[in-house]
This record gives sequence, C-alpha cells and structure tokens, in this order.
Amino acid sequence: MVDELYQEIILDHSKRPRNCRSMEDANRKAEGYNPLCGDRLNLFLKVENGVVQDASFVGSGCAISTASASLMTESLKGKSSEEALQLLDRFHQLLTSDVPPGKELGKLVVFGGVREYPARVKCATLAWHTLKSALNGANAGPVTTE
Amino acid sequence: MSTLTKMASAGFDVEQIRAEFPVLRQTIHGKPLVYLDSAATAQKPYAVIEAIRKFHEVDCANIHRGVHELSQRSTEAYEATRVKAKRFLNARSTEEVIFVRGATEGINLVASSWGRRNVKEGDEIIISALEHHSNIVPWQILAEEKGAKLRVIPMNSRGELLLEEYEKLLNPRTRIVAFCHVSNALGTINPAREMIEMAHRAGALALVDGAQAAPHMKVDVQALDADFYTFSGHKVCGPTGIGILYGKAELLDAMPPYQGGGDMIRTVTFEKTTYNDLPYKFEAGTPNIAGGIGLGAALDYLTRLGLDAIATYEHHLLAYGTEALSQISGLRLIGTARQKAAVLSFVIDGIHPHDIGTVLDRQGIAVRTGHHCAQPVMDAFHIPATTRASLAFYNTPAEIDALVAGLQKVKEIFS
Repeated sequence: MVDELYQEIILDHSKRPRNCRSMEDANRKAEGYNPLCGDRLNLFLKVENGVVQDASFVGSGCAISTASASLMTESLKGKSSEEALQLLDRFHQLLTSDVPPGKELGKLVVFGGVREYPARVKCATLAWHTLKSALNGANAGPVTTE
Repeated sequence: MSTLTKMASAGFDVEQIRAEFPVLRQTIHGKPLVYLDSAATAQKPYAVIEAIRKFHEVDCANIHRGVHELSQRSTEAYEATRVKAKRFLNARSTEEVIFVRGATEGINLVASSWGRRNVKEGDEIIISALEHHSNIVPWQILAEEKGAKLRVIPMNSRGELLLEEYEKLLNPRTRIVAFCHVSNALGTINPAREMIEMAHRAGALALVDGAQAAPHMKVDVQALDADFYTFSGHKVCGPTGIGILYGKAELLDAMPPYQGGGDMIRTVTFEKTTYNDLPYKFEAGTPNIAGGIGLGAALDYLTRLGLDAIATYEHHLLAYGTEALSQISGLRLIGTARQKAAVLSFVIDGIHPHDIGTVLDRQGIAVRTGHHCAQPVMDAFHIPATTRASLAFYNTPAEIDALVAGLQKVKEIFS
C-alpha cells in the first residue's frame, strides 16, 4: 500500500528536513527544477581536496523530493566526488531497476518503494540531478528533470 | 442532496448514466474508481466507443475522394458531425465549422492564419490571467514575430477577471482579445458575452477558448457574437485528437490557409494553386476520421442528456463538494468565483499536491495535481501547484464523500 512509499523515515525527513539551510561559504552550487510539478531546489556543497565536507539545500517540493534532498545531503558528507557520483548511479538503479540494492546505499534504500510509482521517480531524483550539476561545475542555469 | 434526488426523479438518473460509461466500472488498487479528472479528459460512453468501432469494422475508408460505397459512408458519417457541431454551437452554417485536433490547434490556427495577416508592429493582443498555456503561447509567438504587444487582464483573489481593468487595456491598437470561457485551473466562468461586446466596441475581434465550457453549458456562438470559438472533442466525452474551431464565415473567408496539402485545394499546378472553399480550405490532409465520427456520437449523447440538465446537476454537485471540502481544516480552495463550473482546486497546509495525488490514487481516486498548464495562474496565487478535483455529470455525491475520506487519510499520513 501507500505505506511502502511513505515509509517512516521518509515522512520524518520530509517534515523535519536535515541540512535545510543555505551555505555562505559553499564552493559548489546548483539549482534544480522539476517543470512538471514546479518543485525547486538549491543545493550547496563545500568540497575540499575532492571530498564533500558539507552539503545543504533549500527549496520547496513534495515529501518525496524533500526527504530525498535531506537524506542525500546527509549521505554525501565525507564522500569524494567520485563516490558521490557512484552513489547517484546506485540510487538511480534503485528507482528504475530490479537489481538488489547494495549496502553502500545505507538509509537511501527506503526510496526503493518509489519504483512502484513511476510518476514519482523524478521527485526522488531531483536532488541527485542537481548534485551532478553541482559536482560537474555546470553553472549554466537550473538543471531540470526533463 | 435533495435537489439531486429530485433531478433523479425528473429523469437525470446518474446511476443509469454511469452504467453507460464502461471505464467507471472498475477498481483501482482494490477500491472502486472515483474519477475526478474530467477537466483533463472526460470518460467515454458506449455510444462513442461503438461509433468508432463501427467505423473501423464496417465503414472504414478515406473521405471526400472515392466514388465507392465505403468512402461515401465514411464521408457522410464524418460530415454529419460537422452538422451536429453546427447545431451544438448554433453556428450559422457548416462552412463556419472547421475540424481541428483540439482547442490548442484551433487557437494556433487563428493566431497563425488570421494573426499573421492582421497583426502588425505596435498592435496589441489581449489575453487574461486565467489562460491555459495553449491560449498564451500561440499569441506570444505571434507577438514576438510581429513586434506586437501582449497584454493581460488581471484577476482578483477569487479568480474573477477585473472587467474595469480590461476596459482600460482596450484601445484602437487592440486587434484581438483571446480568453477562456471557463478556467481550467479554477473553474471561473467568464462573462463571455460582455467581454466580447467590449472587444467589439474597441474594434477588436474576440476568440473564446471553450475547452472547459463546452462540456458543461449550452454554448451559442451567435448569442455570444464570438468571432472564433474552439473546443476539444475529448473533453465532451469524445475521442482525443479531434476538436472544432468555429469562425465567422466572412473572417474565415478572408484568412489564408493554415496548412497546405490534399483536400484544401481546388486545383494545383507547379505555378499556382487555388484553394478549396470553406470549411475545407483549413483542413489539409486526411483528417482524424474515426475521431470526427466519435465526436459526432459524443455531441449526440450530450444533447440527449441536455446541456441545461447537465449544468444544473453539476452546479448542485459543485455546491455539495464546496461545502464538504470547506469542512476540512487546513484546506484552502483556490478559485472561488461567484460564477463557477464544476472544478474544486485546493491546497492543504504543509502537504504537497503530488503527495495528496499519490495517496488519493491508492484509494482509487483520480485527481489532477500540478500547475494544470496554467503556471501564471499558480504564480498569481503564489503557489507552485494545486490538487484539482474536476467533476462531470457522471459523478455522484458519494464520490465527493470518498474524496473527503481520502483527504482525511492524507492528513493522517502527513500530520
């Protein structure tokens, strides 16, 4: 039922998002936009020596996109840029294929339920699309899910 | 409710009507389907499904060309819809009834054909704050191409257009006013007749986007004195990919063709082509024949139920729904116009419309969530999106109750 999508941890992070703040000294920034539902997200990263020291976001969106951004920013800290991009691939795989999730996903496995709701996959991936844009240094306007 | 019961005894039997819509008899995620998304597309009665099936099974041929029996049958069935659409809109003649893909194409046809010829640099085009993207973008494209100016009639917090502001926008440079008869996002019914009269007084033409009006009320283009009026087949219980553009004959006559191809020509040589008469001048290529025939069945169906009876029934359903939703704490209706069609657009504090839509879907309730292709409307209310329950004559008060129960469940999950 719908509880598999809105698991306790997702509801918790959507109601009380972690790292939901802008960051003055961020050295990587990107803006994400989902034109289908109007969700917007600004992602801030502090990357030093190739390692994510801090990650935060501000934006408005549904429970899935907010929880996804919250849990993503938590899981990024201490990871290298390469590890972060690998995690993105794994996360995308979790949402779009039946490949059993590896343990590197950690808490992010709670988003596995989104697979049953194709219309909501973009909600869950908005923050991650934005991450890719931030890490690749693409500052040419907002990245969209389309 | 008592009025609805009375209507049932007067012959508007919603249970009997529902039995004619096969799609409504199913469960979604184990719950009976509650379809509250008719503003996106209306469901189809057997009469429409059968008409399309019969065309493909019995009469299928191309129209307007063969001398053989099947082609004649197809042509007759397709052209019969033009006559039905003429009656449905009360046009003067079938010359004024052009088949298009839908309201979007109807508007694009006028913007492209009439607009390119008649709009010049410095001219003005007026639209309204309530428009669907399909009645914004074609005019923007035209304005940009011609160096014309697009001006917008503002609305109040109920979602009603401000006619005194509209009056101020009109001036001798105004070439056309394009507005929706009924707003898709909010349900506002615009005073079309008055607005058209105002446009005419200023020497401008008026195009009415009737996509959301045609399914819900009697439309009389002569009484409105509309220059152009367009609607989509799929929103009046017909198939997708077919719609009608009405235009005054003298205007259509003076307009250049919209697309070139077969059927729209009289003679073709490599030096010169002469165009066909109205309405065929605007109908290049083999059209959506099955769709046209299905639309004819849909117009017959709505006419049989009676647009006035439909409007009365839906009005009571809307009142029932408005009252029921108003009881939900934290829920705010977006669009509270005094003249309103059966649309309930709303937001709930702290809960995103997409989450509402997903939880409702799991209870079998189909609603639309998002910006409804009307981003400027959302911007005016400072919201990114709404949840929209849009009603049709086949909906029941019990389905409104199911929506309310569904929303209570939404609140339980996200509270």
